[in-house]
Formats: sequence, C-alpha cells, structure tokens
Amino acid sequence: MAKSEFWKKHENLYFAVTNGKVIFGLIIFMSILALAIFGPMVAKYDYDEFAGPGYMPPSKDFWFGTTLMGKDVFTRVVYGLRSTFVVGFVGGTIATFVGLIIGFLAGYYSGKLTDEVLMMITNIFLVIPTLALLIILSAYLPYRGILSQSVIIGLTAWTWTARAVRSQTMSLKNQEFVNLSRISAAPVTKIIAEDIAANMFSYVFMVYIIQFTGTILAAVSLEFLGLGPTQGISLGLVMQNAVNWNAIQLGLWWWAILPGLLLTILIVSLYFINTGLDEVFNPRLREM
Amino acid sequence: MPENVLEIKDLKAYYKILKGDVKALDGVTFNVRRGEILGIAGESGCGKSTLASALILRKKPLQYISGEAKLLGTDIMKLSEKQFKKMRLKNISIIPQYALDAFSPTKKIRIFISDLVREHGIRPNRKFFKKVEERLDMINLDPSALDRYSIELSGGMKQRMIMIISTILDPDFIIADEITSALDVSSQRFVANMLVKLRDEGITGSAIFITHDLSILYQIAERIMIMYAGHFAEIGPTDEIVSNPRHPYTKALIGSLPQVGIQYKENRLSGIKGTPPHLLNIGEGCRFRFRCPYKTSKCEETPQREQITDNHFVSCWNWKENFSDSRPSGGEKDGE
Amino acid sequence: MKKYLGKKIFIYLITFFFAVTIDWAIPRFMPGDPIQILLSRFQGMEGGREIIEAQITASFGLDRPLLEQYFNFWGSLFKGDLGISIYTFPKPVMEVINEAIIFDILLLVPSILLSWIVGNKLGAFSGVNKKADKYTMPFFYFLTSSPYFWFAVVVVFFFGVQLPWFPINSAYSSTMRPGFNLAFILDFLHHWFLPFLTLFLVQLGGWAIGMRNMIIYEMGSNYSKYMESLGASEKLIRKYAFRNGVLPQVTGLAIRLGNIIAGALTTQIVFSYPGLGYILLKAILNQDYFLVQGTFLFIVIFVLLANFLVDIIYMFIDPRVRFSYSGEV
Repeated sequence: MAKSEFWKKHENLYFAVTNGKVIFGLIIFMSILALAIFGPMVAKYDYDEFAGPGYMPPSKDFWFGTTLMGKDVFTRVVYGLRSTFVVGFVGGTIATFVGLIIGFLAGYYSGKLTDEVLMMITNIFLVIPTLALLIILSAYLPYRGILSQSVIIGLTAWTWTARAVRSQTMSLKNQEFVNLSRISAAPVTKIIAEDIAANMFSYVFMVYIIQFTGTILAAVSLEFLGLGPTQGISLGLVMQNAVNWNAIQLGLWWWAILPGLLLTILIVSLYFINTGLDEVFNPRLREM
Repeated sequence: MPENVLEIKDLKAYYKILKGDVKALDGVTFNVRRGEILGIAGESGCGKSTLASALILRKKPLQYISGEAKLLGTDIMKLSEKQFKKMRLKNISIIPQYALDAFSPTKKIRIFISDLVREHGIRPNRKFFKKVEERLDMINLDPSALDRYSIELSGGMKQRMIMIISTILDPDFIIADEITSALDVSSQRFVANMLVKLRDEGITGSAIFITHDLSILYQIAERIMIMYAGHFAEIGPTDEIVSNPRHPYTKALIGSLPQVGIQYKENRLSGIKGTPPHLLNIGEGCRFRFRCPYKTSKCEETPQREQITDNHFVSCWNWKENFSDSRPSGGEKDGE
Repeated sequence: MKKYLGKKIFIYLITFFFAVTIDWAIPRFMPGDPIQILLSRFQGMEGGREIIEAQITASFGLDRPLLEQYFNFWGSLFKGDLGISIYTFPKPVMEVINEAIIFDILLLVPSILLSWIVGNKLGAFSGVNKKADKYTMPFFYFLTSSPYFWFAVVVVFFFGVQLPWFPINSAYSSTMRPGFNLAFILDFLHHWFLPFLTLFLVQLGGWAIGMRNMIIYEMGSNYSKYMESLGASEKLIRKYAFRNGVLPQVTGLAIRLGNIIAGALTTQIVFSYPGLGYILLKAILNQDYFLVQGTFLFIVIFVLLANFLVDIIYMFIDPRVRFSYSGEV
C-alpha cells in the first residue's frame, strides 16, 4: 500500500514538473522572489535616499527611473516587494490555516450544530466587504506593522478556503476508504491524518496559492489607501505616492506603472501555476 | 434467414492514454437479428460498456482501431461525425448507465424533448406530444411529468422517462446499458419487462441489453453473449448458455449464481478465484487463462471464434475436450 | 424557496448587526485614544472644539456606561444621524455620503452588469474554442490579476495622457453645474468613461475565466453526453451548458461584490472621482473618524443589499432552489 502510494505521488510529481503552465509560472514567480530577496542587496541606493535628480526615466543608473523627488524607484520597488512577499506568506498561511480548520470541522460534522454555526460565521465574513472591514480595523490601529497587517488580512480572508475545504471534506467523507476506517474503529485523528489529509494535500496547496494572491492584493490596496505599514516601504505606498504626486500627468509613467506591473505579473504567474496544478491533480482536465 | 440489424466483425476500440493502450474492446464478433434482444454479460471491465460507447459515442481517449460495425448494412465506424449524427436517436439509440444524471437541471422535460427532436427535423407539435403521452402512459408515467424539472422526479421516474425519450423516434436498434443496475428488484423487473414490451409493440427494433446480472437476461434475452476482459467468450441461445455453457468462464459464471431453494449447507456458492487482467498494453493469448482451471499451453495464443451449432459460438481452444456433453454442476462441491 | 430566502435574510441581518457593532466598537477598544487626537486637532478652531466635543459626547457618550452608548449609537443610526464630518466641517456625514452615493451607483451598476454579460459570453466562446482559448486565457488572467487602481493608472496613461481623449479627474468639469441637461450629461459621461472602463475590464477577466471553466465542466457532464448520444448538435449542447454554467456565475457575483466594490473604491481615488471611495480616502487622511465610520456602514449596507438582490434573482433561475427541501444549493 505504501509503495503504490509513493508511486502515485511520484506520478503526480512527474506531471507537476513537466506541466508547461507550472514551469512557466514557477520561473516567473521565482524570478520575482529572487528580486525581492536579492534586489535590495544589489540596489545601489537606499529606498528613502535622494539618489539623484528627480524626474528621471529608466536608465543605466536608475533601472526604474526616479520619483519626482529623486528617490530611486527600483530600490523602492524591491524593498516593497519584500514586504509584499512577507504579507503574502504570513497572511496566506494564517488564512489557509484558519480556513482549513473551520472548513474541515464544518465538513466533517456536516449537518450537525457545529457545521451550522461555523457556516453562519463564514457567511457573515463572506458577505462583509473585506476591504471595508480591513480599512476600519487599520484606520484605528495606532501602529501598523507588516506583521499586524498580515494577521488582520489573514483573519478576514479565510472564508473562501473554509467553504472550499468544507465541500471537499464532505465529498471525501463519503468515500469508501474513509468509511472503512470508521468501521475499523480507527480514532478520528487517524482517519483525518491518513485518509482525508493525504487526499487533500494537493487541494490545500492550490488553495494556499489562491490565499496568497488574495492577501497580496488586499495588502496592496490597503497600502494604496494609506493604511499600510506606518513605517517602511511597500508597493502600494510607492503607487500611492505616484498617484498623489500626479505622476502620470507629469509624465513619470515608470513611477506609477512599473511597481503595479511587477505585482500583476507576479499574480499572473501564480494563476498559471495553479491552473497547471489543477491539470496535474485532475487528470480529466489534462485531456483538454 | 432472419435479417441482421447489427453485424459486428472483429471490432477493436482502445483507450489511448499516455502509458499506452488499454485494449478494452479487442476483436469482438457477433450479430444482432431483427427483433431480437441480445443480452451481453460479463464482469466489470469486460468491455461491454466500451462496446456501447464504441457504437454510439466515442469520446477521447476511446478510439476506434479496426473492425466493422454494420448497422442496417452501413458500417457506422466509417461514417463521418456529421453522417452518423443523423442516425442517432432515429436508427440507433441508447438508454445510458447514468440515466439518473442524464437531464439538464434547468430545462423542463417537455422543452428538452422538443429541442432534441427538432434537431432531427421532427416538429414537436401537439400531434407529436400526443404520441409522447401515449408512451408515457404505457410506462406508467403521468403526462404532467413533462412539465416538470428533473429535480422533481424520483429516480424511478427518471429512469422510465429516459427509456421513453431514448426510444421516442422508434429506433431500429437500442443499446440498454446497465439500465437495471441501480434499481431495486421489483423496479428491475418492471424496467426489463418494459424493454421487452417496447420491442414487442414494434417501438424499438432490436436491442442489446448490457448487464452483469445474468438472471435478468435469462428472463428477457433470446440470446446471450458473454464477454471477458475485452474479448468475446461465448454466444448462444439463452437456454443453452445457462444449461450447457461451453466456455470455462461462462461455466464458472453460471456456477456462481445462487439457486433458489438451495442453502449454503448443501452447496457452496463458488466465486471465481482471481481478478481480470489489466488491459493496459496487454499481449496476446486468452485473457481468462490466468484464472482458468482448464488452461493448457495452447492458451498462450488468442483463441479463435469457433462454431458449435448454427446459433452457438465459443472462443476457447479446449471447449470440445472440457464440455462436449457436460451438464453444469450448479455449485462446486465442498473441497474445490 | 421561502426557507432559502429566510435563511439569507437572517444572515444579512446578523451581518449588519455585526458590522454596526464593529463600527461602534473599534474606536472605543483600540489602543491609543483617537478621541483625544480629535479633540487636540480642534484646539485652534473657533467654536469648533465645542461643537466637536458636543458631537463626541453625543455619539460616543464618553461619560455613559458602555451599553447605553451602544444603544444610543443604534438610535442615532436609525435617525440618520451619523455625526458631523470633520474634514468637511460642518457638513453632516449623512449629507456627504448622500452626495457621493449617486456617483458610485452610476459607476458600479453599468460596469458590473456589462462586464458580467460580456465576460460570460467571452468565457463561453473561449471554452468551446480551443484555439482561441490559448490566447485569450493569458489575457483574462492578466486582467483579473491587476489591482484595480493600478489598471486605472494604466488606462489613464494610455487614454488620458498619451492619447488625451478623456479627462482624468473628477466626475465633471469644474465649469459645469450638475443638472439634467445634455451638456452636463455629456460632460459627465466623458469623465465617467475611464473609471468605468477600468472596472469593466478588470472584472471581465474574472467572469471570462469563470465561465470558460464552467462551460468546459458542463460540456463534459452526463447530460451533455446523453444529448450528444442522441444526436444533438454541439450548438444545442452549448446552449444547455451555458444555461447551467450561468448559475454559479450568479452566485459568484454575490460573492465577489465586496471585492468589486473594494476595487471601485481604489479606482475612484486614481480619478479623484467623488464616490464613496474617494470620500473614504480623504476621511482617512484627515483622520475624520465620523466620516470613516459612516462610509464603512454605507459600504456594508450597499453590499448587503446588492447581495440580497442577487440571491433573489438566483432563486428564479435555478429550479432546484424551488424544489429542494434543505434550502441549500
């Protein structure tokens, strides 16, 4: 049994690493991640430094040009990317984790009170416009850091995951092999760990990717509204500055467009990875 | 000489996947006569549903490989999609395995039927629906069912509705694919009898009744064909198949049927030890040889189809030696 | 059917209750003291401090027990009294919001409807057309991955600056006075177009992807197989598949409304378009807590109402809701 499971995973792994979409998305994602990690080390300036004359388009010295005041856009972007990735990973993890627990419990005890209550809570969070909630939470925080931003985003973003995990659990719950475990009187935790979790791993991974992108987008929007971390730099803040200083009207397109372009490409790459993985884990789609 | 509605000659259809070919239907030959109900039986994976798909709708990864399938004289395997589409529902139709799931949830039944027949140039007018209602009546369905959505119908009602829809244009040939498998015993009887009635009233011409349940075939099929692992095993009149099978597999199948009135103490139910082989890239040879108690070295070669009588054919090298004049024992005695 | 609606209404009421409570609770329980900050800002203002202090006492009721403050809050809510805005002092918050809402509706309703309709059609087309699909999908991905405000910036760049076809600020020219005359309407549309285009295009990506996936799924369903087995043309099967694929798209609309409105908020900022989003930003930057609170509430109400509307529509298009006993689809 263990061996055939290994081969099964092996087969999926094989498909995963040879899937065109996954490879394409992964390359782009890794490149941008590398940019976030190594960019600040390579950057010639500091992100708040007045590095040179303002109003400079992208050039050899200033790869993404400079802001109106003369700060280097590239430096600001790669530092901002760091904060973006941190929020994405932390917030995404929290959201996935919370969603998993709630979704799983609701699905496993579906039909009972636990399920009803959890679903009620989920529906409330689903309907409340998340950004508005985040705005009101952020607006009153005396100090906003990257971590607190990640936490509040993560704590409001889990609803989709909860619902998805719940329905997946419900469908798995009814499948034969789980019932077999039940009949054999295996403890609940064993059933969870071996039967259900093993099958859900791929699903959870894909869900995590979605939560990651959602978190990043929420974070960037908050930053753009001026509710991002009070210190430091973030992508949304760079763009807010650009828009506030009428960058476009004044012709500094690189200041306003490049940061967002990088972010969009990052999210697109994750979309590709997810779609590719979907094909890997759902062989039916492979035929398409 | 009775006319053949369907003539299948050495038909092959494989599922082509990355790893290779799953030879699910690998050279089957048989005919279906006018007005006949031919039962096709075999365990899961024997290729009977593949046969149904091969005839009516081949979807990737199922591909036609070789062989003939002549419906009323025309080889339907060689027809283009466009040409064959015209034959569907009119000349050849199917009552599918997934009947309970065969309706779109957002269309009323009446609309569905109208749309469907319009595709074949039939006008869904009052006269037409009168005929539909007559059929519904025949099958114990209230005409009000037509104005319902599928969610409003019970499983049994849906099954019967599907039977009516699939035969609404009086097809010459109908494939009934496991139409009783999901039903309780009394519903099974009803549905099986309905199929016979449709044939008797001339609504359908001939039929193949695909199932794994031999006991139903005994009731309604004139001839039975046994398939095993994508190969043809045996075909013959129902009585002969049941009382005098010639293929080891058929013999084992018949032998594993519970008999009424006999208790476990007296006769053990014998199953057939082992499981069918994997059909992925399977090689030559009789596919039953891995489980066959009568296997010989000749069985490494794929057996030819041999004639026993006018109506009885078998595909086994050793049928003469094993079962020339045997009567089946029913159940194997203790000690087997 | 009644059960379905009943359940939904119940959730919306609880959500509203929850939102109001949060709205009331946050300023009071956050560390630090926004009230004092507020007060300190009005040190120099003539008569301002007294009015603000009165306001605060009234709505925050600082000297009263918490529970009473809470009920007072609800009370003033029903009276339509959301306090006085600081940043547009002495305008009442309600008035500020009322002026902004019409611009939101004019922006949101057409963009949501049109992008949903066009997006679904494009997605269905992409779903059945494998060749086109290879090129359209990356394009849709790009659209849906774009942050709204960033896309707005791109749109401004191309159609407002490079090709100066459209103005990029406000809802109407400063020389115009709002009124139902042709000149004003044209001017408004001229200003409205770019924000509309932004919302339209970004949403479109999402709908197209969704419908494309649904069509593929539905075309592989058993009823599609049955219809094909009985000789139905691909056109007919597509029609049935589309009709079924639309259902989760409607549900999706309800779910994404919050997200879409959030996008509209940030888009407005780029264009200085005077909807709730723009107001909200100004309120935040000016630490106008009353306005922030009021805007939050209105956004929530807006989303809840829109959600409710979509739920009602869904009830009519999915027969299973009418006949299912659980009330859950």
